[in-house]
Formats: sequence, structure tokens, C-alpha cells
Amino acid sequence: MSTIKINIVSSSEEIYSGEATMIFATGTLGELGIAPGHTPLLTGLAPGPVRVQNGSDEEAFFCSGGFLEVQPDLVTVLSDTAERADSLDESEAIKAKEIAEQELANKDATLDYAKASAQLAEAVARLKTIQKLRKKQ
Amino acid sequence: MANTKEVRKQIASIKSTQKITSAMEMVAASKMKKTQDSMLEGRPYSLKIKDVISHIALANSEYRHPFYEERTPKKACFIVVSSDKGLCGGLNINLFKHVIAKSAELNEQNISSCFALIGTKASGFFKSVGGEVVAVAEKLGDKPNPDDLIGLTKVVLDMHKISEIDQAYLCSNTFVNTMTQQPNVEQLIPLKPEEQDESSSLQWDYIYEPEAKELLDGLLTRYIESLVYQAVVENNACEQAAKMIAMKNATDNAGDLIKELELLYNNVRQAAITQELSEIVGGAAAV
Repeated sequence: MSTIKINIVSSSEEIYSGEATMIFATGTLGELGIAPGHTPLLTGLAPGPVRVQNGSDEEAFFCSGGFLEVQPDLVTVLSDTAERADSLDESEAIKAKEIAEQELANKDATLDYAKASAQLAEAVARLKTIQKLRKKQ
Repeated sequence: MANTKEVRKQIASIKSTQKITSAMEMVAASKMKKTQDSMLEGRPYSLKIKDVISHIALANSEYRHPFYEERTPKKACFIVVSSDKGLCGGLNINLFKHVIAKSAELNEQNISSCFALIGTKASGFFKSVGGEVVAVAEKLGDKPNPDDLIGLTKVVLDMHKISEIDQAYLCSNTFVNTMTQQPNVEQLIPLKPEEQDESSSLQWDYIYEPEAKELLDGLLTRYIESLVYQAVVENNACEQAAKMIAMKNATDNAGDLIKELELLYNNVRQAAITQELSEIVGGAAAV
């Protein structure tokens, strides 16, 4: 029986790599069944299981969304590590901007650490010299 | 001449410092292994997504994504990856020097710069140096989560989308080996198209579900996110390696200092004994 190569990866690890006779996945537009020799296809994945059949063996992986690429002899599943939605991404982006703004706002309000520690070192050195001078007197 | 008590006190204080640095060295060594592992774990994804992207470049798609577009550059954004903690030698500052040099080079061509910063050290540095900071991601920890970088990447990509910036650079340290970390400034946008392979110039295209634009948008965003994530993970491995070396040097230096001080201590002690002896002998002679 002919097989097709399949790789399932997420950005923090490799999930599965092997041969399959049939692959089932949930595309954004519906269920997909991919057999060896499938025409090139690029689709988004909806959260759901990806099932890999090899003969009578079957393995299932949960995929929280991502992309699926099909070449006649190769299937690549690029899985996301978390559920993604434009609205969520948007809030993340706003957070990153806010941190940047806070940093800028802090500039005048509080001394930054490096400056403070430099001033502290200077003060300590001054104290030391004063003590030394006192001893001599 | 210094008295023995003072020297002894100094030796004790340096010894306790040495204990701390050698402990930090060991911690960094064990963390380095872990960060290197997570660097390797993330690699399959970036390789696979690169494969897919190069396949797409080969396909005769009608849609050409703006990330490939060469615009006349007016403004560039630097994504600077740094560590959250210090005590890692010149790792961060070497990178910042590269970034500043590149930014100055662009400035000569009338391209202004803005910065998206990852890591506490970068935000601290650019706060004191100045420069337009558009986004910050800090305190990602030893095992950064790809999701923590989504926001920052989106800010940069959105700015590109509305033509506020025309170029994006990714600045991070690359891990050569434990001893060497190379600061690197790499162009992210516009993406450089892969070399076209002559043999596979067959006319074909994907079936896109749903649409090419939507899919490529998502895929290229993921690609850039994965590049940024990979840079962060690699920079972490660099940080631990650099920290290990820095702490090893500190421990060695403390050892040298202790040796010198012990020599001084012995000298002082011997001088005191000799003086006492000569006083006794002098006293006896006087009697």
C-alpha cells in the first residue's frame, strides 16, 4: 500500500513524524481526508483532532489550530501552541504597546536601577573618604 | 603596613564572593543544557515552515504578499532580543552596539529607526539611550512561551501593514558554541524570496482553502513569529553560556586575589613576629 510522509510540528516541539496511508484533519472549511498522491493543498486548521492512519494503526493528535500543507508525497501540519483569534492577538499587541509606554512614562517618575546603583556607589565612596579624613585628624 | 586582622577580613569576604560566583557558574551550566534543548526542540517547526514557505514561493500564486514587496524604505523597525538578567559579560552590550551601528548606517540613507524590545536589558538600555520604542516584551523566563511574543510581533507587522515602517530587522545573538556568541542583525521584512530551483519550474499552484490572501497572511505571520521565537530561545542559550563563562572568570579572579592576599597576610604576620623577636632580643641586651 502506498504511503505519504507526515510531519506534525508545533513551535515548541516536534509532535509526530512518520508514514501514513490516510490522514484526517479538520480544516477551517470542513473535514479533510488526505490519501497519498493528493493534489497540492494549503488550508487553515480548525481546533480539532488530526488522525494519522497507517494500515490498521491509528494515532490521533489534538491540534489547536494552525496550517496544513499537502504535497503529493508529503503532508506538513504546522500546529499552533494556543488558540488564536484576531481579537486575542489584538489584546496581546495592545499589552506589548502598553508596556513600552509605561517604560517611557517611568523615565522621569522613578530613577532607573542602574542610575540609582551608581549614585549609591558614589555616596558610599564619599562616606569612606570622610571617615578616613576623620581618622587622620 | 596593613594589620593581619584587616587582611584576614578581606580574604574572608572575597572567599564568600567566590562561593557565590562559583554557585552561579554551576547554575548557568545546568540551565545552559536546558536552554540548548529548547533551542533544538523549536527547530523542526522553523525548518518545516521554511519548507512550506519555499514551496509557496515556487507555486505560481497570483497573490503576492506585501512582506515580499521592496518599498523605498523610509523607516525601519529593529526587533532587539536581549536577556532579562545581567552578569553575562558583554553579551547584551555587544548586540546593542551592532544595532546602534546599523541604525546609524540607515540614518545616513535617511531611514529612521524605531525599536521593539524583548528582554529587560534592552528596554533599560534604549530607555537611557533614547529612541522610539513601539513595543516591549519582558520577563519571558528561561522557557519562553511562543504566545508571549505574539503581541510584540503583531505590533511590528501591523506597522508594516499600514506602511508606517518599510523594513524590519531581527537583532539577536546566535549560538556558535559555548565560548562564542555572535551578535547578528538580520533582515526580516522584506522577506528574501528563496532561490528558484530550475528543475521544479513546473506550472502548478495550491488549492487554497479558504483564500490565498488569508492563508498566506496567516502563514507568513506565523513564519515571522517562529523566527522571532527561535531568536529568543537561541538568545537564552547564549545568555546562559555567556553567564557561565563570566562567572567562571570571576571565580578564577577571586582565586587569584585570595592567593595574593594570603601572601600579603603571611608577610604581615612574619614581619610582626620578626619585630617582636628583635624587640625581645633588644630588651634582653639592655638588661
